[in-house]
Amino acid sequence: MTSGVFSAISDRGSGVFIAILVAAALLIPASNLLLPPDSALHVPTHLVSLLGKYLCYAMLAVALDLVWGYCGILSLGHGAFFALGGYAMGMYLMRQIGPRGVYANPILPDFMVFLNWKELPWFWQGFDMFPFALLMVLVVPSLLAFVFGWLAFRSRVTGVYLSIITQAMTYALLLAFFRNDMGFGGNNGLTDFKDILGFNLQADGTRMTLFALTALGLVLCYWISRVLVTSTFGKVLIAIRDAESRTRFIGYRVEHYKLVAFTVSAAMAGLAGALYVPQVGIINPSEFAPGNSIEAVIWVAVGGRGTLIGAALGALIVNFLKTTFTTGALAPYWLFMLGGLFIATTLFLPKGVVGGARAFWEKRKTTKAAAETAPAAE
Amino acid sequence: MTRFLRALLVVGLCLGALPGLAQDAFETGLQRLAQDSFGETTTAISEIATSGAPNAALVIEALADGRLFFTADKQIYVKKPTGEFIDARTGAALAAEPTGGSAVRLNNRVRNVVQGALGNLGILSSDPVKRKEAALAVLRSKDATALPALETAIKQEKDRAILRTLETARAAIFVTKPDASDADRLAAIGALREVGNQDALATLRGLPTSVSAPVAEAAKAAIGGIESRLALWEVVQTAWYGLSLGSVLLLAAIGLAITFGVMGVINMAHGEMVMIGAYTTFVVQEVIRARFPGLFDYSLVFALPLAFLTAGLVGLIIERTVIRFLYGRPLETLLATWGVSLILQQAVRTYFGPTNQAVGAPAFMSGLIEVGGLSITLGRLWIIVFAFLAFLALLGALRYTSFGLQIRAVTQNRRMAANMGIRTNYIDALTFALGSGIAGVAGVALSQIDNVSPNLGQSYIIDSFMVVVFGGVGNLWGTLVSALSLGIANKILEPFAGAVLGKILILVGLILFVQKKPRGLFPQKGRGVEA
Repeated sequence: MTSGVFSAISDRGSGVFIAILVAAALLIPASNLLLPPDSALHVPTHLVSLLGKYLCYAMLAVALDLVWGYCGILSLGHGAFFALGGYAMGMYLMRQIGPRGVYANPILPDFMVFLNWKELPWFWQGFDMFPFALLMVLVVPSLLAFVFGWLAFRSRVTGVYLSIITQAMTYALLLAFFRNDMGFGGNNGLTDFKDILGFNLQADGTRMTLFALTALGLVLCYWISRVLVTSTFGKVLIAIRDAESRTRFIGYRVEHYKLVAFTVSAAMAGLAGALYVPQVGIINPSEFAPGNSIEAVIWVAVGGRGTLIGAALGALIVNFLKTTFTTGALAPYWLFMLGGLFIATTLFLPKGVVGGARAFWEKRKTTKAAAETAPAAE
Repeated sequence: MTRFLRALLVVGLCLGALPGLAQDAFETGLQRLAQDSFGETTTAISEIATSGAPNAALVIEALADGRLFFTADKQIYVKKPTGEFIDARTGAALAAEPTGGSAVRLNNRVRNVVQGALGNLGILSSDPVKRKEAALAVLRSKDATALPALETAIKQEKDRAILRTLETARAAIFVTKPDASDADRLAAIGALREVGNQDALATLRGLPTSVSAPVAEAAKAAIGGIESRLALWEVVQTAWYGLSLGSVLLLAAIGLAITFGVMGVINMAHGEMVMIGAYTTFVVQEVIRARFPGLFDYSLVFALPLAFLTAGLVGLIIERTVIRFLYGRPLETLLATWGVSLILQQAVRTYFGPTNQAVGAPAFMSGLIEVGGLSITLGRLWIIVFAFLAFLALLGALRYTSFGLQIRAVTQNRRMAANMGIRTNYIDALTFALGSGIAGVAGVALSQIDNVSPNLGQSYIIDSFMVVVFGGVGNLWGTLVSALSLGIANKILEPFAGAVLGKILILVGLILFVQKKPRGLFPQKGRGVEA
């Protein structure tokens, strides 16, 4: 494990990636807050929010890549963990509104007053405390992942079947969260947030801090994943991905490894969701839509599954494309683009952008080496 | 106005046979009308209304509209809204308006009586639909003044269903009438118990509290009897709804059972094949509406083969351009076909627009039949029949045709099949096209019960996968059993848990089920199964 910890930092690609993210976490907020708006280097607030959103998606992609790219578990339900983390954060933000809601009820959120609820449901208790909410952000998704994974991996549900039941899981949650009597705001979800830890959510300072935290969160998730996959544990994960029954035969408890990876991954997805919600200002059941989870899979596929940096890059690339296309005249054609991307990636770029580039460089290196050794042999 | 015209038509249709006795009451009534006195008019209305004469409805309606006239020589005639005049007695058209005619006058009391009579008169109408409506209206109102008309109607009613409603109505009147005798009440309670439906139950519960002990006893027993019978029918009805939902699931999933179950291809665009079938139906109907309106009832007959071919062709194209490069990599086919699904959805949205399209139902598919306490909509009935036919056709095609034999051979052992001279590529393409074509056919059926919109396919895709996974891959019978059991389970849960929660419970149950039997109800056995 220790060698993994060091290699995660000493490895050049990771070092560059982490350095870029840390620099972004410092420089972008600084440029927004310190430079005058007319300066060429000033980054406008809306752009920072957009980037923050992308980074949350990148975290989700890294989490997904940990289970799909390294353990062969294609989860079509990671959006559920993301959304659950988001809801946990949303509940905290909702409680922070206090008497400033439309109905000015100091305890109950507006939608509960609207539905004539008299007291706070038990599962909302404690969400007025930030540490508790933060704990829930990690605990709720990982608990779900643990129970789900424990059931699924123990009975050796694998491959496509696992993908389909993860999809069913997020679909069931979608249906549940659409219900008004679930106590999560029905199809409107949670919104109208005012502040976090006493800081106004609309203020530039808060937004910059959130952005910086998101960038550092991505660094953290990336680093944890990197340590995991480069350690012995990660080697076993890769063995499971490539030959599950052989790994089991050698004597590894495959389901335990899978369960750990799946649970850690879900906690990361939950954290991503929790950082996402205060930046976009809303969380609603549509985050549970199976399409969202599948879209997250395409981020990983485009960037390159099995390459953590690739997953993050894929999320950034696809979402950058999405924003570009859906804000212009080409908006109606975005789904053509996205669909085409799905097909093209699976057909022509099975290793994704990063995986493809890496393979290209390695091939070049070996031919070069061969070319150098060939004359020497004469 | 249309009601009047319908009444006129009715009158015209049955001018032939006039029962003599009824004609007497009708005649006296008409004579009273000519007296020009409100009292006489009131009496006349009930006489005419209960006479059962074919012209009765015409006269009463004309009276209500102030279009009934009388002359000094007691001739009564009706001015039609079109301006022509007809003799109220015979219904014959008059050449010109008789001289010196004046309208039969109305006051508020007469108007009320006329309205009541109009309602009750429907049960004497010769239009069965109208009769049925009127009989139900009387049953709801339990208006004792309708009794004479009701008795007349019961005597001449031929339609058994309507007769039953009429008798229920009569019984209901006796049960609730404050001055009815115990004998009448007991007989009425017996009749209601016989009928034993929701209406009868409601009526029995509305029994006045002042009744004698034996009547109250009888009513209580009857209520108990009806309740247990209704509970039994409810079970049957739930089973029926479940069967109906199950057959929809079967239709949606059966094509998937081929592509997923037989070929191992996760076709996320399967729902879009269903959508293409539904849109084919829409286009066929549009063409028929514009060019050959007379053929509308046959639109589905044209739509079925066209939907099969269209969806099959799209499936063939998808297989040739995308899927054939991905065999043996199910997770990749999942991603690529999801992309295909997005493109197809957007293509349909761009071409047809994002809104729901109106697809009509042919005459033979609309309507409702009642069997005991079970009400069956014909559309659903046809879909069940259709789902089973499609299932049998597919089963037959796989078992008895050489194409089916080749599909099975390729499924079981691809290399051996290739060595035996089967062109496996060709079979793959055709199998995928077959699965897609069947999805298209399902779309024709689903267009009859669901909104035809670009999202149509998405609403079935998860359910379809659940059916196939639950049933066990590669087994059509498993698909059948699982579709029906999921449909029925869904409908059983619905009353307790509500539609959404019921569905959630089903999904959770399935997730748990897959733990126990990861390969479904009827898992594939033998060498072909991946270790």
